Amino acid sequence: MHQLTIAEIIRGLRDKQFSSVEITRQLLDRIQQQDSNYNSFITVTAEQALQRAEAADRQLAAGDAPALCGVPIAHKDIFCTSGVRTSCGSKMLDNFVPPYDATVVENLQHAGAVSLGKTNMDEFAMGSSNETSYYGPVKNPWNTDRVSGGSSGGSAAAVAAQLVPGATATDTGGSIRQPAALTNTTGLKPTYGRVSRWGMVAFASSLDQAGPIARNAEDCAHLLSAMAGPDRRDSTNLQRDAEDFTADLNKSVQGLKIGVPKEYFGEGLNADTAARVQDALKEFEKLGAELVDISLPHTDLAVPAYYVIAPAEASANLSRFDGVRYGYRCENPADLRDLYMRSRGEGFGEEVKRRILVGTYALSAGYYDAYYNKAQQVRRLIKQDFVDAFGKVDVIMGPTAPSPAFEIGAKVADPVAMYLEDIYTIATNLAGLPGMSLPCGRVGNMPVGLQIIGNYLDEARMLNVAHQYQQATDWHRASALSLTEAAAAGGE
Amino acid sequence: MSVDAQTVEKLAELARIAISEETVEEVSSRLGDVLQLVDKLQAVHTEGVAPMAHPLDAVQVLRADEVTEPNRREEFLALAPQSEQGLYLVPKVID
Amino acid sequence: MEWEIVIGLEVHVQLSTQSKLFSGASTRFGAEPNTQACAVDLAMPGTLPVPNEAAFRYATLFGLAMNAGIGRRSVFERKNYFYPDLPKGYQTTQLAKPIVGAGEVEIHLEDGSSKKVRLHHAHLEEDAGKSLHEDFHGMSGIDLNRAGTPLIEIVSEPDMRSAAEAVAYLKKIHSIVTYLGISDGDMSQGSLRCDANVSVRLKGEEKLGTRTELKNINSFRFVEKAIKVEAERQIDILEDGGSILQETRLYDSDKNETRSMRSKEVANDYRYFPCPDLLPVELSEDYIDRLRGEMPELPDAKAARFREQYQLSAYDADQLTQERATADYFETLAEQCGEPKLAANWMTGELAALLNRQELTIGQSPVSAEHLAGLIARIKDGTISSKIAKQVFEAIASGEGDADTVIDKRGLKQVSDTGAIEKMVDEVIANSARQVENYRNADEDKRPKMMGYFVGQIMKASKGQANPQVINKILREKLDALL
Repeated sequence: MHQLTIAEIIRGLRDKQFSSVEITRQLLDRIQQQDSNYNSFITVTAEQALQRAEAADRQLAAGDAPALCGVPIAHKDIFCTSGVRTSCGSKMLDNFVPPYDATVVENLQHAGAVSLGKTNMDEFAMGSSNETSYYGPVKNPWNTDRVSGGSSGGSAAAVAAQLVPGATATDTGGSIRQPAALTNTTGLKPTYGRVSRWGMVAFASSLDQAGPIARNAEDCAHLLSAMAGPDRRDSTNLQRDAEDFTADLNKSVQGLKIGVPKEYFGEGLNADTAARVQDALKEFEKLGAELVDISLPHTDLAVPAYYVIAPAEASANLSRFDGVRYGYRCENPADLRDLYMRSRGEGFGEEVKRRILVGTYALSAGYYDAYYNKAQQVRRLIKQDFVDAFGKVDVIMGPTAPSPAFEIGAKVADPVAMYLEDIYTIATNLAGLPGMSLPCGRVGNMPVGLQIIGNYLDEARMLNVAHQYQQATDWHRASALSLTEAAAAGGE
Repeated sequence: MSVDAQTVEKLAELARIAISEETVEEVSSRLGDVLQLVDKLQAVHTEGVAPMAHPLDAVQVLRADEVTEPNRREEFLALAPQSEQGLYLVPKVID
Repeated sequence: MEWEIVIGLEVHVQLSTQSKLFSGASTRFGAEPNTQACAVDLAMPGTLPVPNEAAFRYATLFGLAMNAGIGRRSVFERKNYFYPDLPKGYQTTQLAKPIVGAGEVEIHLEDGSSKKVRLHHAHLEEDAGKSLHEDFHGMSGIDLNRAGTPLIEIVSEPDMRSAAEAVAYLKKIHSIVTYLGISDGDMSQGSLRCDANVSVRLKGEEKLGTRTELKNINSFRFVEKAIKVEAERQIDILEDGGSILQETRLYDSDKNETRSMRSKEVANDYRYFPCPDLLPVELSEDYIDRLRGEMPELPDAKAARFREQYQLSAYDADQLTQERATADYFETLAEQCGEPKLAANWMTGELAALLNRQELTIGQSPVSAEHLAGLIARIKDGTISSKIAKQVFEAIASGEGDADTVIDKRGLKQVSDTGAIEKMVDEVIANSARQVENYRNADEDKRPKMMGYFVGQIMKASKGQANPQVINKILREKLDALL
């Protein structure tokens, strides 16, 4: 049952091929037996999950089941879950059990989904390899010596390892798309404001957006339909009514204009990765789409602008973690200053501290104009590139990440090299556009992701385009486990 | 681009993050790397470009003035490292 | 050397909304600690602010009252600093684009003169919680009930030149916010708080001197004293050849001195930037016009109307319009007794003295407008004299009932019965042979003055209740008959 997609589980449950309790129990068992290989979960809520699954089975039996009734999922540990520890991958929140749910958690619960637990992540979502987690790195199911990507590495790995068919995730600069690319999963970062940020621990408020990671576009459509929707508690929410994102999946892509930005195929892109992406573009041509050469001239400024804006916002967003009302407090503070300095010095990891300091620098007197203000101006130039491009094309495609998953530890000592992992994904966050990643082949044994960038609120079309590709190709069906299992079999 | 130790200490003080003396040098050099990366921005012509704080040109929706939040003090205080008589406790605040 | 004091005020006014600026928690004063601090106010992870419409409405009304520009598009920013009463580690406030722009207001001084004070701007921001310094094993307790309560910070230009002007300005702000009903203005509960920027310079000098900021002065009286004592301190230093240090100082009302707040001396860098959790707030022309239409009559307009409609002096009109409750009391009183001038005299006289003595506000007055109107009616119809009226007023104040009840019970009714008074006059004349003789021998122009003795005797005999006009008439007739 663990190979089933969400769409298949929905049908199976309704056709009474199995119950929610059965599939939930089986996945919980798998997590228990196998997750030590991947470290994709921080907290597993087995008891609660089984209770929810029982309730779902009753609803299914009664015939009034909501869309995702009984479907097992997992939540990135950045979403507050009432009564369940929400660590955000940090020692700072290792003991934090919120008495409230994030809107995303509430919405999925209303849709009937059954949460199995909370997935591992880079600390406060700051990282591209899941190595900054207080709970240790997540290992890539395709090769456990390699990173799963980040910051939603736990959600991506759990889906890739078939511990759960789909999971929630968040993306501030590529944190859904890059791990999806590195683990052969499909992930979607919606338009900024599509999904409520209420109850989602903030990293960079003007960039953060929640979305799904699943095995294919259709499942992402199912999850997004439940996650998105209006929420008055989030001022930056677009207050758009919930949509059925599965409605357009089967439309043809005949005549679709795909923009191919030359800047996404330049220096820094692994040649094999480039080849896989080019193959995918050819596949789209076969499906009747038209490729259009475009330019996004400010692409090389996206990373610099992002590493001013995101740390600046984070430096303020993370000030609330002060050891006073919740979370980590240092032992025996000598005075108030000591309480702050040590609680934060000991509670935050190195990367988080580094970003707070960078953000503090960018906002401080004398530097604001040269850094923060400048970055916000550049941000507008980057957005304008996209606005111009979407005047000519329907979607934009390119690589998600510059190369396949690297070895754990390879970039830990070089933050800047790590930051360049998100070189193709960051611009969409700055512009607030939706972006997605889907499997488009492998380099050696490691998966490669194709990125689709859509116009504002054009998620339905992106999912349609991705689904059509997945109808024509099998890359997304490939399983890490066949490799591991083959390796295991070979070893016997 | 490098950041001197004094700057690091000032930033650490503003951000209330203790940085041990042994690591100041490493932090300075890493910060320097990041600042070198973002310094690319300085070369860009941005005269007349309005800074963009939000990706979308939306405006704020205001909330009606109603009390909607009940008292949940005990649930919240239970999360506090130290509390007494309904108050959060901190080392003495000196004005 | 003649020195000039230069003062600018920053006034924080708590808005009397039901709920907080960014959350649905109650703003009620005096609740048990932390019972009105919700997840947003406590800066729990993942919580987000949503601004309160009433706070914008109130701030807009204030701006209109100050003849100021209203920010069609205002932006919240984060002001970053760490303090235990500031849960988010930043205060959400406005800086570059405040809700209220430049304006001006007229202040009225005791000597009857007026002057204009310019408003630099006013912005919306959230209040902080409170640190309680009672000893909890050497620790402080934090109560976050107040955290997130909406404030407007009203920043004046450095236009005031004396402590008295500063007080007059502060009273004007108080009067405007209470008229508008946007704040209770209660300084004792911290609903209105004042910081003063004070500097001195030689008269005629253009350049401003180095200023100090006096923090949190919590009564009109202390504002006056604090500014005076700080200006004196600065003048003393300068006259001794010293220089002023730009710093924040605290006024100690017990010692009547200001002292440096060294703990806040650490040069702060607030790192303001637009709050990414909030979007720009746009107010439409329609919204502002509608509020303009809803504006109540403000103190200056009301004073002008009182002068016109009730023929009051400028002084009385100003006195009676400073507080909306006073003005409302006056109008009820004037309407019910039909004697506006007398009503004004009673309010600025006996009533003001009574309230002052008992430290009550007009809203708490033991003598209602209706009672006072009843009393004035009895003066008017001659039932009691003005002198007896004071006695009746005191009795009403101590709860003996309305004027008629008191007059009845105490038998204070004025005697106007000619027969009775004639009898008293006859008696006094009969018993005052020497005075009558003097009267008869006196020059004619001296006689009216000499009548005072007889009137006094008769009043004494009547226990003050005889109608003085009737006494005068009868007495003159009788004395003149003896000539």
